[in-house]
Amino acid sequence: MQGLTGREGTFHAKAAAAYGTKVVGGVTPGKGGTRHEGWPVFNSVHDAVRETGANATVIFVPPPFAADAIMEAADAEIPLAVCITEGIPTLDMLKVMTFMNGRRTRLIGPNCPGVITAGQAKAGIIPGHICREGRIGIVSKSGTLTYEAIHQLSKQGMGQTTCIGIGGDPLIGTSFIDALTLFSADPDTEAVIMIGEIGGTAEQEAAAFIKRTFNKPVVGFIAGQTAPPGRRMGHAGAIIAGGQGTAAEKMQALMAAGVHVVKSPADMGAKMREALGR
Amino acid sequence: MKIHEYQAKQVLSRFGVPVPRGEVAFASAEAGDIARRLGGDIAVVKAQIHAGGRGKGGGVKVVRSPQEAEQVAKQMIGMTLVTHQTGPDGKKVGRVLIEEGLQIERELYLSIVLDRAAAAPVIIASAAGGMDIEEVAASDPDKILREHINPGTGVIAFQARKLAFGMALPAPVAGKFVKVLEAVYKAFVETDASMIEINPLILTKGGELLALDAKVSFDDNALYRHPELKDLRDVTEEDPLEVEASTFSLNYIRLDGNIGCMVNGAGLAMATMDIIKLAGGEPANFLDVGGGANAEQIKNAFRILMADKNVKAVLINIFGGILRCDVLAQGVVAAVTELGVPVPIVIRMEGTNVEEGKQILRDSKLNFTTADSMGEAAEKVVALARR
Repeated sequence: MQGLTGREGTFHAKAAAAYGTKVVGGVTPGKGGTRHEGWPVFNSVHDAVRETGANATVIFVPPPFAADAIMEAADAEIPLAVCITEGIPTLDMLKVMTFMNGRRTRLIGPNCPGVITAGQAKAGIIPGHICREGRIGIVSKSGTLTYEAIHQLSKQGMGQTTCIGIGGDPLIGTSFIDALTLFSADPDTEAVIMIGEIGGTAEQEAAAFIKRTFNKPVVGFIAGQTAPPGRRMGHAGAIIAGGQGTAAEKMQALMAAGVHVVKSPADMGAKMREALGR
Repeated sequence: MKIHEYQAKQVLSRFGVPVPRGEVAFASAEAGDIARRLGGDIAVVKAQIHAGGRGKGGGVKVVRSPQEAEQVAKQMIGMTLVTHQTGPDGKKVGRVLIEEGLQIERELYLSIVLDRAAAAPVIIASAAGGMDIEEVAASDPDKILREHINPGTGVIAFQARKLAFGMALPAPVAGKFVKVLEAVYKAFVETDASMIEINPLILTKGGELLALDAKVSFDDNALYRHPELKDLRDVTEEDPLEVEASTFSLNYIRLDGNIGCMVNGAGLAMATMDIIKLAGGEPANFLDVGGGANAEQIKNAFRILMADKNVKAVLINIFGGILRCDVLAQGVVAAVTELGVPVPIVIRMEGTNVEEGKQILRDSKLNFTTADSMGEAAEKVVALARR
């Protein structure tokens, strides 16, 4: 946990440990050598990896320092870095993306709820108690809309394999396509719910990918069908600019790729049941 | 954050982008003085609002004397300008820019934005400047040139030359274009801009390149490290409720409908607007109270929501994760008790501590309508708003 000693870092480290995640320590520069809630604290990610063998990090560092924290994790060659921090300047993320190029670390986020594998472990802030073990994967730009999808699936008697919140920022480490590739290779995942938002073209790219190579059923929803152009709807990436990034064009692309697109966010769970023919 | 044209030109000029001589006036008398100082036979008076399409709406006028500049400024300041970007209500003009008149040989287009898919800034240039670039892109896509910039190197001279010759600029002007582009890119990086658009970038009859119009917006997330740019914010251009919401770290955008919504999370907030519309209603706003909202913030959110007089019913849709339903319920009960909310309220809660939350609502004896799903909540609130 980078930023373990902060309020949020502490809270979520405890929640993750309670869910079964093996939390081995934290990084807070300057507090190395101390202990926090029983966990050892290190000055650097390198030290933490060397001493504990950590293979994943969750970043709760405030926005001005978050890009630095991500790049430090990548330099320590940690396989998975999940950045929860909201509000990182875009140009900082531009540096991060350039730095990460060719390195072995997978970044999820930033500005995301992280990832949870139902019944096993979580790296992030998705509440464990709403998840059920099952066979549906979820990939989403939105946090609470992911919870909504999990809840709807559970109500339909369907559990989840892994839920990945990829974040709603303009520049993110793991794309829809990256997540779908992982779900494609995961034998336990039978079908996927994909939740997009207005802004950018990531959903259209995902649609092209699904059409080309993805063979499992996908239920899709795009938030922001009624959003006015030119207004940033909360997430830094959620903006219709220059007539691009509308929900309509994304829904159309997904439908053309054979995705079961729902207009109403209330229909995600029921549509999945239908798509699986149950 | 958006800024005015004259501010954009000041910022660009600081980085070496050539701009016409001019000054801003808040009163018509100042406009006359500025025109006098500029000298020359003609000047241009331009209304300063945060929207494009001003020329067609009567917000840009050529004047031939300081007296005329003053007269035109008098008409413009205080007038409501309606353009295709302002919406039907238009925007009130509070200041005008008075600029020297120039002899235009050609009008070009130049902008920098982030290309998300490429994870790199992209320069867009076109010989078809002075027009709506989206129209050019639709009708004449070959006229739009693009060059991605490697953040490690910045603009390399050959890239600028490629664009310049692609726009058929003569060799001496191409050299000047390289300098202009380097300056614009420097401004983009050093101010954390999210967009810089110069339309048109003009070539004068004298062979000079100048930014005749400029639109710049900054990354809100980076404003903390640019205190000098924060001062450029013109809150009179923004909705007063949105300004107030921002002081409480609430993400609020006012819309035209009559159903107020309060939601946690941007995606769920957008989805809630969508489902209201699907149920036949119109959302009055987008409001994301965030993941860590406390009772005080919920109260402020409620107050701002209810300050919009169009609101006939309220839908609260919360999926408790980090934000616990009991905390939300306490905040709502406190707000309704204190503010005396006169419209029906539909509450849909799910997630962390939902039972405790529902109990708090019941114990309050206040008249809430509850719903178990988003769909049910939307239908109920739309029906209540119609009454």
